[in-house]
Amino acid sequence: MSAYTYYPGCSLESTACEYDASVRAVFNALGVELHELEEWNCCGASSAHSLNPVLALALPARNLALAQPLGHDLVMPCAACFNRHKSADHALRHDPQRRKELEDIVGFNYQGNIAVRPLLEVLTIGVGLQRIRERVKQPLAGLKAVGYYGCLLVRPPQVTQFENPENPRLMNQLLQALDAEAVEWSYATECCGGGLSLTKSNVAARLVNRLAERAREAGAAAIVTSCPLCQINLEMRQSGTQKLPVFYFTELMGLAFGLPEAESWWSKHLINPRPLLAELHSSRLAAAA
Amino acid sequence: MSRIGVFVCHCGHNIAGTVDVKAVVEQLQRNGDVVFAIDYKYMCSDPGQQLIRESIEKYQLDGVVVAACSPAMHESTFRRTVSAAGLNGFRCESANIREQVSWVHQQDKEAATQKAIEIAESIVEKVKSNETLEPLILPLTHRTLVIGGGIAGMQAALDIAEAGYPVILVERQDHLGGRMAELSGSYLNFQAAPDLLEKKIQQVLNHPNIQTLLNAEVDGLSGYVGNFRVTVEQKPSATDGAVVALDELEPLRFTFDVGAIVVASGWQPYDRARLTEYGGADIPDVVDGLTFEKMLRSGEVIRRPSDGKIAREVVFVQCAGSRDPEHGVSYCSKVCCMYVAKQAMLYKERVPNGQAYVFYIDIRSAGKNYDEYVQRAMTDYGVLYLRGKVSRVFREGDQTIVWGSDTLTGRAVEIAADLVVLATPMLPSHGSTELGQLLHISTDGYGFFNEAHPKLRPVETLTAGIYLAGVAQGPKDIPEAVSQASGAAAKVLQLFSKNEMTASPLVASVIEEYCAACGACVKVCPYGARQIHPIWNYATVNAALCQGCGACVVACPNKASQVRNWRVEQVMGMVDVLL
Amino acid sequence: MSLDFHEQITMLSNQPILLCYHCHKCTAGCPVVEEMEFGPDRILRMVQLGERERLLKSRDIWLCAACETCGTRCPNGIDIAKVMDALRLEALRSGVTPAEPDAAKFHKLFLFVVQTLGRSHEASLLIAYKLWTLNLLADMDSGLQLFVKGKVPVLPKSIKGRDQVRRIFLKSAEAVAKENLPSANPASAQEAK
Repeated sequence: MSAYTYYPGCSLESTACEYDASVRAVFNALGVELHELEEWNCCGASSAHSLNPVLALALPARNLALAQPLGHDLVMPCAACFNRHKSADHALRHDPQRRKELEDIVGFNYQGNIAVRPLLEVLTIGVGLQRIRERVKQPLAGLKAVGYYGCLLVRPPQVTQFENPENPRLMNQLLQALDAEAVEWSYATECCGGGLSLTKSNVAARLVNRLAERAREAGAAAIVTSCPLCQINLEMRQSGTQKLPVFYFTELMGLAFGLPEAESWWSKHLINPRPLLAELHSSRLAAAA
Repeated sequence: MSRIGVFVCHCGHNIAGTVDVKAVVEQLQRNGDVVFAIDYKYMCSDPGQQLIRESIEKYQLDGVVVAACSPAMHESTFRRTVSAAGLNGFRCESANIREQVSWVHQQDKEAATQKAIEIAESIVEKVKSNETLEPLILPLTHRTLVIGGGIAGMQAALDIAEAGYPVILVERQDHLGGRMAELSGSYLNFQAAPDLLEKKIQQVLNHPNIQTLLNAEVDGLSGYVGNFRVTVEQKPSATDGAVVALDELEPLRFTFDVGAIVVASGWQPYDRARLTEYGGADIPDVVDGLTFEKMLRSGEVIRRPSDGKIAREVVFVQCAGSRDPEHGVSYCSKVCCMYVAKQAMLYKERVPNGQAYVFYIDIRSAGKNYDEYVQRAMTDYGVLYLRGKVSRVFREGDQTIVWGSDTLTGRAVEIAADLVVLATPMLPSHGSTELGQLLHISTDGYGFFNEAHPKLRPVETLTAGIYLAGVAQGPKDIPEAVSQASGAAAKVLQLFSKNEMTASPLVASVIEEYCAACGACVKVCPYGARQIHPIWNYATVNAALCQGCGACVVACPNKASQVRNWRVEQVMGMVDVLL
Repeated sequence: MSLDFHEQITMLSNQPILLCYHCHKCTAGCPVVEEMEFGPDRILRMVQLGERERLLKSRDIWLCAACETCGTRCPNGIDIAKVMDALRLEALRSGVTPAEPDAAKFHKLFLFVVQTLGRSHEASLLIAYKLWTLNLLADMDSGLQLFVKGKVPVLPKSIKGRDQVRRIFLKSAEAVAKENLPSANPASAQEAK
């Protein structure tokens, strides 16, 4: 498919605005059409499914109703939004009673003609690693990073239909396509407590610091994620002197593609990635000399 | 006019409490074909049977109707009674006024009595035109095919051979012993297995009545109990001294006539790659139970497969894949609790200062001396048992991290292990379902062969002459597999105790002049008993295969197919009486 | 103890809670079990036994991070996070004071913002949340940083289809009330108090 419908989600309008910017820049660079869904609404996030299971499906169902006449697959950069929309799509596809109820609440007829897909999968499989590799101008050689997916991208597997939830490989394959060093670790799908970041910040901090420590032990200098809730939680709740910057994978793609606007994304980070990038740059120069 | 006697049973209060048995007798006495009718408390008792025998003689009866319980209960009893009085057994029928009347109409006694009368009348009508029949006599080949040369198959073969009958033992591998040959020892007596097994193998190989075919598989079956014909394909083996490459040699083919078959096709281990949360098959220091047996067999100290360092901390994970519908196996594999205890103890003998942990959900150690054995692992060997299922196993540096739980304290437990042993379940051998199709015996959803009855016929299949032994029927340990094998052998010997077989004569027959050879009966027959005669061009019945189900009668457009003593005009006569 | 409660939670969560054989695999992998009083396994047991009050008052149901690790690994296919959702919903409907009031307040505020604007708006949400929980100082530095970095737009963005979104809220509330009559029963609400 050469064109996609884009659902940024609320986070990408604010705390993850650099994610949004990098997504658009990367699609543009790859020459893949991306059309933002007009009039989209919030998916309800974890608040809706905590308080009302019907609302938790009805809110994303409205977006599916808006997207289906366009006929393109719906791309979700945010793991939480993806999970909510995929859950709604799953219910509409497999539960006739629920489908009738949701169609009535939202006022539409479900067609099932488009798929809800996570951004990571669309880029690595839909667009393809080969095309990404061909577009790389400044390989990220020397960048050691661990891939981090976000719970809601991979679980529950019956709904998300993502690859192996215990040991997904797409992020590492992508990092390798950018010539970065994908460091192996065992925490790629362990929870960072993002859902508790605001309400139980001490719990979130414990989980975040455990992850950061394990990433450092594995030899990583950065964490790469595809989830905006993870990214802000991992940066906001990290403590200590040697904080690891947390990149969106699309930011690293933009960097490797040599996109000039990448520079404007770094200032949005709570943990400044510039020292790491500068170090990488100087060691590359040294190697070239 | 017939001379039929009707015997109405009270079955204590069972029938007489609801049905007015006197009224039934009175009504049946008015039937022109009935010369005698009487009721009695228990017809199946000795005095009851005596009453039937005396009445046959006294009233010169030519037919008997016993209005009592279901024919499934006592039809054969009453047919024997009638035969003893000199009347053909097939001139006796049961009218079911218990299961079909008194037990289901307790609220309405009047209607129950009326229904009992009508059923008895209809059976009188049937008996009037029942043929006099004799049991079918069929030939019997006193040779047995045993499929599978593991401990179960070898035991069955030896028991049958010792009784003096020839056995063909077919084994897919190039050696006998099956999975038992891969074990380090059996529990209860863990030093002994290799030696025990070797003795058994030699007994089998040296037995004059056993012909063993290695590298061989059964690939064809026809016939029926007592008269099977099997074909076996044997791959050429290196010992044939061939000059050409093995794969260029034609396989050898054998055909055998056998009277009975014992299926002992064994098991294979579950594929641990399916357990992704335990690292799939990717972590070098995570092994399954059978692999750990190999490590123990060498007799040496237990080392980490990854780097050969001595394994100081070993974690055993029970129910790894079993009792786990989400991973495809909902059953308990039954032997793991015991073999894990054995493995943990053997490990402690090899690495005395090492620590063994066992994560379990329940300990299932039912059996003679079994629980004491597990207790020994805890008390004498210091194996630490933790109640809880492991959530995740992953690699951290050169160690393998286990995230488990101890439900008894309610705490999460993390162990940095050198070696993790997954007690994965037993699955039926690959190809079991296909073998079942070939032999016309059914398998369950996993591929285990179904026994004829889960409690009372555990070694038979629903196909006469085919018996089951060992794990092919369901997970079991060595003593159980051996017991079942001896049970299967006893069933074979029971069959072989006669020179020929008798079978029920209540089978289908064909009125040849009505038959148009359309083949409808051939298609519907579930037992493969029908064929169109190649020369005379009408349908034939193989009486040994026919079970008298009547499907051909329904399918036949010309009414050429009939089942003996259930002929169409007989059944229509019964219906007329009821209307 | 009330076995009706077990049926109610089973229906609301649509999960086969009775299949649980208490192997603790969920608890062994739960990232927040350290902070919990009971943990997911005992929560399921308490649902099986109908321990309504202890459950609805428990902080565990608000501590669950909804990471779905437990449900992914459960040998019996029980999605325990869905059970937690059902318990949270039931706690709020029964008028039980949540053991973690901040979490409940946050979820309510979040949905209020979405109901009003059609989308979430972090600035409004954060300020309202801080005011409501009287927890003004915590996280002030990171909050400020977000404003400074221009990551939190001051003016909310809203969509034209707000009416449609509001209608969805209204109809979903009706649907849930209809779906589960036992909890609408005032007697049971009384008991919880």
